[in-house]
This record gives sequence, C-alpha cells and structure tokens, in this order.
Amino acid sequence: MNADSPRRRALRRFFQHRLAVLGLVVVVVFILAAVLAPWVAPYDPIQTSWTRLRKPPSAAFLFGTDENGRDVFSRVLWGARASLMAGVVSVLAAMLMGVPLGLLAGLAGKWTDALISRIADAMLSVPFLILAIALAAFLGPALENAMLAIAISAAPVFVRLARGMALEARSADWFEAARALGNPPWRTALLHVLPNIVPPLLVQGTLAIAEAIIAEASLSFLGLGQQPPQPSWGSMLNSAQRFLTQAPWMAIYPGVAIFVVVLAFNVFGDGLRDALDPRSQRR
Amino acid sequence: MIGWLLRRLAQIIPTLLILSVMIFGLQQLMPGDPALILAGEERGDPVVLAQIRAELLLDRPIAEQYFVWVSKVVQGDFGFSWRIRMPVSQLILEKLPVTFQLATMAFVIAIVIGVPLGILSAVRRDTPTDWLANAVALAGISTPNFWLGIMMILFFSVNLGWLPPSGYVPLTEDWRASLATTIMPAFVLGSGIAGVLMRHTRAAMMTAMAQDYVRTARAKGMAEGVVVLKHAFRNALIPVVTLGAIEFGRLLAGAVLTEQIFTIPGFGKLIVDAVFNRDYPVVQGVVLATALIFVVLSLVADLLYMAINPRLRQA
Repeated sequence: MNADSPRRRALRRFFQHRLAVLGLVVVVVFILAAVLAPWVAPYDPIQTSWTRLRKPPSAAFLFGTDENGRDVFSRVLWGARASLMAGVVSVLAAMLMGVPLGLLAGLAGKWTDALISRIADAMLSVPFLILAIALAAFLGPALENAMLAIAISAAPVFVRLARGMALEARSADWFEAARALGNPPWRTALLHVLPNIVPPLLVQGTLAIAEAIIAEASLSFLGLGQQPPQPSWGSMLNSAQRFLTQAPWMAIYPGVAIFVVVLAFNVFGDGLRDALDPRSQRR
Repeated sequence: MIGWLLRRLAQIIPTLLILSVMIFGLQQLMPGDPALILAGEERGDPVVLAQIRAELLLDRPIAEQYFVWVSKVVQGDFGFSWRIRMPVSQLILEKLPVTFQLATMAFVIAIVIGVPLGILSAVRRDTPTDWLANAVALAGISTPNFWLGIMMILFFSVNLGWLPPSGYVPLTEDWRASLATTIMPAFVLGSGIAGVLMRHTRAAMMTAMAQDYVRTARAKGMAEGVVVLKHAFRNALIPVVTLGAIEFGRLLAGAVLTEQIFTIPGFGKLIVDAVFNRDYPVVQGVVLATALIFVVLSLVADLLYMAINPRLRQA
C-alpha cells in the first residue's frame, strides 16, 4: 500500500484545511456571540427570579436555569465576553511584553541576552497555571487581574520564540545587507526582523489564546477571575458543582462552551501552522 | 559527561536566583498590609501590629528582608504558615505524596493511552484510524480538565454510583479504596497529557519510520510488527521520554484544579486553600517547590536523554 500517493496527500491537505476553516468559523461565531450578547441573549444574565429556580432545559430556557433562576443560555452568551476578552487581550499583552524583550535578547546578545533568557527560564520553570494562580492571588480577585496574571505567565514563551527567530535572522545574509546599508539596529529589528517572525507568532498566538481561555476559566472557577454575579464560564461551573444532582445542565453547557471554543482555536492554530510554515508540517 | 553536567548546573543557579527574587517579589504585589491580615481581630491595636511587623521583619529594608528569606529557604526553611501554624516545608512534604500518587497514576494512564495511539496513527497514517487518533488527542488537549472532572463525577458517581465523588484514602491504609478515590482524578489529569504524548509519539515515529535502518530492516524481510516496535519505536522513544519527564512537572499544575474538584488533600488543594485564606507564605512556598521539582525533572530528562541515546554519550 502506498501511504503517500498524490490522492491521499491531496485528501490530507483538503481534510486539514477544511478543519482549520471550520475552526475559524466557530471562532467567529463565538466572537459574534460575545459582541452581540446584549441583543441576542433572550434574558437578562444577572436578573434573578425566584419563580424559575433550576428549571431543566426547555423551549423557553434552552440550557435550563440556574440556582438563582437565571437563564443559563443567556449567561453562556455573556460569559463568552469574559472568556474571549481574557483570551485575546492577555495573549496580546503577553506578546507586547515578550516579543520586544525576545528581539532585544536575540539581537543585543551578551549580558542582555543572558539576563533576559534566565528570567524567561525562571518563569518557565513554574507551571503556567500555578504561576497565574499565584500572581492572581497576590494581585487580588478581579477579571483584569486574572488577565494580567495570564499575560505575565504567557509572556516568556513569546520571549523565547522572538529570541530564537532574532538569532536566526542575525545569521542571515539579508540581515547583514540591511545593516551594511546603514540601518540603525532598531530599524533593522522593526522593519526587517519583525515581519519575518509574524507567521510563527500568529501560530503561537492562536494556540496561546486557547490556553489562556482555559486559564481564565480555571481562575474564575477558583474565584480569582470574573466576580459574580457577572457571568463567566468558570464561575458558572463552580456554582454548578453544588447542584450536580439536582441541576446537571448547569454544569454541562458552560463546559461545552469552553471545550468548543478551545478546540476551535486549537484546530485553527494547527491549520495556520501547516499553512504558514511548511517546514514544521506535521507529517 | 561530567563537564556537561557542571555546565548544566551552572546554568540552573542563576535561574534559581532570579526565581527566588521573583517569588519574594510577589509579596510586593499584595494589596494592603500583611500585618493587618495577620492581626485579625486585633488589627486596631498598634502594639500588636508593631510586634507582628518586627517579627516578620516588615519594618526592615526590602533587601534585608530578601536576604533573610533566601538564606532560610536555602536551609529548607520555607517560612511559617499564617493560618495553619505549621512550617510551610512540613505542609508541603505532607501533601506531596498524595499528589505524587495522583500524578504517577495519571502518567501511567497517559502513557497507556497516548503512546500506542501515537504508534498506531503513525503506522496507519492518513487513514481514518489516524484521523480518529488525532481527533482523540485534540479533544484531550482541548478539554478543560476541571470540567471533565465534573462530568465524570456526574456520570460515574451521581448517575451510576460506581465511584465516590470526592475524598481520599491513603494507599497505605486501604489500597482498593485508595484506587477508587483516585482513579477518576488520575484519568482527568492523564487525558490532557495523553493527547500531548500521542502527538509527540506520532511525530517521532514518523521521523523514525522514514530512516534508512527501517528500510534496511524491511528489506531484510522482517515482519512489519518487529520493524515498527523494535526498530522504529525504540528510536522514537528518545524524544518521547524527554518530553514525558517535563510533562510530569506539568501534572502538578493540572493537579491544582483536579484536587479541588475531587477534594483530594494534596499539593494543589494546599495552594488553593492558601490563596483563599490569604496564607501568602504557603502560596510562595508551593510556587517555589513546584519550580524546584520542575528544574530537577528537566535535569533528569536531560540525563535520561543521554542515557538512552548512546550517540550523545561520548560527546
């Protein structure tokens, strides 16, 4: 059996590509849900009602109601705001912190490099979630602090990535040429090195968003993220745990939302990697 | 080999030093006065506050506080819990075996699922088997493990009533009960790692299967099973083992939420409880201990890498 016939290769590319597109579509749907939540959510996500406590899913309440009579579907829609915002904003912030430091380390070399690299090593030696929990704990419970904690914890990955790419660039002929033309170092870094590292940054960024969304949900679950009564998937799961026997739907849907959006970002990121960086194709 | 080891150790020391500064620095992020938290009911009494400040050296310059703290840490003194009135190092040592049991079980589960799945999908690449294996791995990676834990409790404890939803029995007390209380959390922890291991095994197997020695083995007329397992897999194992050691450190992070959900009194529950009780020395101690474990594990991973890859040994 020929495992790598052109037909199979085409099939694989098609399959991978289609999956990545599907991932992107799901991501867009979630973004729309987050942005349009005030208009598309059928009920107020915070208003409690004592007449409809823990009602099972029905036509009126698609995902049922929670222990305070709030519509779970509406809360899941609103919860997308906290999750996506935390995912996207904290990763952007991590990039803003990590990429310049990584470029600086890679291009300046010597002491600067040693110092920045050891700091990144030190931070990477604490598991991502534990670092985020510790930071969030010391900063105090709030969504903004959770985002900051996630951003700081995620930054060293971008330092390493940017540093590696800068080192690679430094030994390239075009780098020598840009320097020889009399470009100052910052200009070389900004106009020549940065564009070259955009594709891997995009890939890493997408995958990091998936991880950041799980981290935000974890922190909210622990009570270190979005504060109740504001809806977030993690805190919804936390209160759902107490009503597992009476109202399992409270625990099912917020988790499905996290799973689907994280899966979508992962699939999209994998597809981006295959498309943007032929060298690292998983074959 | 010895020279390499020394160089590697020399690199670890500055990393640990920076780490200690960072962990000490966490305190400075803290809103409010630690003396006020500690004083509790007596927060109105300036004499008590002054006494606490003097005891914790809070009235000394930060640099001095840091040096006192570091010199104690080096001697294994991680400070004193504000709430439980016990040395932090003792608390950590008490909880660590619980998490270690959980992590080991999770690791075994991850290997049992991830490695065969990776081999299978590399051998059957681009067939529905491969796609299915990849989908399983992707699902494992994308599932928030605390949610998986809740779903498992819902299914196996609430609906079927097969397993206890929470609690922990030590292995030494009753091994059956111990396994019953830890099997679900271990599966939850292992499933994510299984996905990562599967992907790495698959990639390593594909590289190995494309090597000349595999072609030679096939040309000699060896059975495909022997080629796959004896020739390709043994070589594919090298990157997988290294990765495995590092993933083991990551299990500690995963344990934080898993232990919270299954109310298992381990390392993860220790840090969460400490966060809620604003027991900051414990939070710092746990972070420091995880970092130390991680640094040791990555050293072990490097040594393992050397041990199983003879090509590197002479270098």
